[in-house]
Amino acid sequence: MKAENPELPVETMELQMGPSHPATHGTIKFNLKLEGEKVLACDVEVGFLHRGFDKSCEQATWTQVIPYTDRLNYASSLINNVGYAMAVEKLIGAQTPPRCQYIRVIISELARIFDHLTCCGMAASELGAITVGFYMIEARELIMRIVENLTGARLTVTYVRIGGVKHDLPEGFADHVTQTFKTIRQLLGDCERLLSRNRIFLDRMSGVGTISRETALSYCLTGPLLRGSGVNYDVRKAFPYLVYDQLDFEVPLGSKGDNYDRFLCRIREIEQSMKIVDQALEKLPVGPVWIDDPRFVLPEKEKVYGSIEGLMHHFKIIMDGIQVPPGETYFAVEGGNGELGFYVVSDGGGKPYRLRVRPPCFIAMGAFHEMIQGYMVADIIPTFGMVNMIGGECDR
Amino acid sequence: MSETSAELSHIREKLGPKVLDALQAQGDEVLCLDRGGLRASFLVLKEDGALGYDFLSDITAVDYWQKKEPRFEVVYQLVSLGKRRRLRVRVPVPESDPSVESLTPLWRGANFLEREVWDLFGIRFIDHPDLRRVLLYEEFQGFPLRKDYPVNLCQPRVPERKVEGTFVDERSHNKLLRLKKTLGIKI
Repeated sequence: MKAENPELPVETMELQMGPSHPATHGTIKFNLKLEGEKVLACDVEVGFLHRGFDKSCEQATWTQVIPYTDRLNYASSLINNVGYAMAVEKLIGAQTPPRCQYIRVIISELARIFDHLTCCGMAASELGAITVGFYMIEARELIMRIVENLTGARLTVTYVRIGGVKHDLPEGFADHVTQTFKTIRQLLGDCERLLSRNRIFLDRMSGVGTISRETALSYCLTGPLLRGSGVNYDVRKAFPYLVYDQLDFEVPLGSKGDNYDRFLCRIREIEQSMKIVDQALEKLPVGPVWIDDPRFVLPEKEKVYGSIEGLMHHFKIIMDGIQVPPGETYFAVEGGNGELGFYVVSDGGGKPYRLRVRPPCFIAMGAFHEMIQGYMVADIIPTFGMVNMIGGECDR
Repeated sequence: MSETSAELSHIREKLGPKVLDALQAQGDEVLCLDRGGLRASFLVLKEDGALGYDFLSDITAVDYWQKKEPRFEVVYQLVSLGKRRRLRVRVPVPESDPSVESLTPLWRGANFLEREVWDLFGIRFIDHPDLRRVLLYEEFQGFPLRKDYPVNLCQPRVPERKVEGTFVDERSHNKLLRLKKTLGIKI
């Protein structure tokens, strides 16, 4: 809601919101300049969770970086794993077997559902629709159980390896997923009934935080923020990786570029993701989940404990790291919040020379002042909620 | 200098001597540009109808300390949304004058990305509207992603309180002090 011509004389006031505010999930500070309740200017301060991701990665071997990538966007750590592993594989020139590619698609989409449910559920509960928040958290918990069953961990999964995935899918995985999706569809239906005609929710989301198509492009936004403004750019469609070109799905687009469009984009993407997982489970081929290349793959445990060659092989990979040829490359996947790119530079050793992540929500925070300018202080909450800033990824 | 794609030869034709190198590696198209008149070069890449790299995806830098001259390289990732193509632009920057022209007038999103490069690498962006540190705090000394910045050099914003008592483990503290002494850094 735009604040319109206040009758009373007002003077400009400065307000610092954050770094630890109960309604902003994530440590961030807004230095606001207000006229009454209207936001005249907003200066975003990020970096409270900066822990030197790039510098730490330069000290670790290529494989040791994978747990660090878990801690970027911890709501979709599986996508981070996939993106990093594929960037390194591109530098090596390795092609993973089809089963591995399908598994990676499935886990990426599960992580995307997880990410969107977190974002939408939190945003809804901050606007008072706490029931929706609980329903979505329940749906998220069901996804988390699948992930736990698959990887053994809930958030920091470290499931993907360079050249494959840690292990094959567990028994009964497809049934588990199908059952879960049935419940999630019901829960999402309930949420829609609670929200789609809810006046409070619509008033606070619709027409708030609007950003035009041109501005969104100029600010380098990606993901639901860009698609909410009507730009059809999804890395899965524009630069297909894995087996996305063999699967049938749509890219939901908004038209107005306000918070409600972003919310709808995310909800529809959850549906599309479920569709992708269903198709991928149906088409899932049998075969190995690792590339057949002993330079990058650990030997089987029987060989490690049973022969000196196996032991040496294991030791070399663990201690020296896998040897990646010199070069540099950029590889991007569609993360929960947008284009998640990895720029890797190798000087031929067992460690990355430089590893850069293109963090979608850091770039989105660069455009936040544009989204909120002219709106009210209270509008910061839904707008920030729909940006879905994750401190681990934004501040690295 | 290996040039195979028609796109790259078109760029070379348009930009002339500004192109230091154009190559294809791992399926990526890579362009090395001279930093003189950088914004004009990017304007050509953005506006030229046959190229149309209208979306800036990322800006970062790499420090090739004692490996390569000039020392730094600023790296831009461009996307052409219409043509579904990617282009990587590398701009060498010498250590003696680490500065390039800002791209903020072309893409407003470059603002935060350039601030981050300044913050972590100390590369200045000429004509940038608001070149402040973004991830670190203003009092921070040095640029942590440069290769000559030691990885375990702590710079606590608030001085750490001295711990006294019987069960104080001084080992890590001593190690840090030794490191600071050898490097001659006073914080």
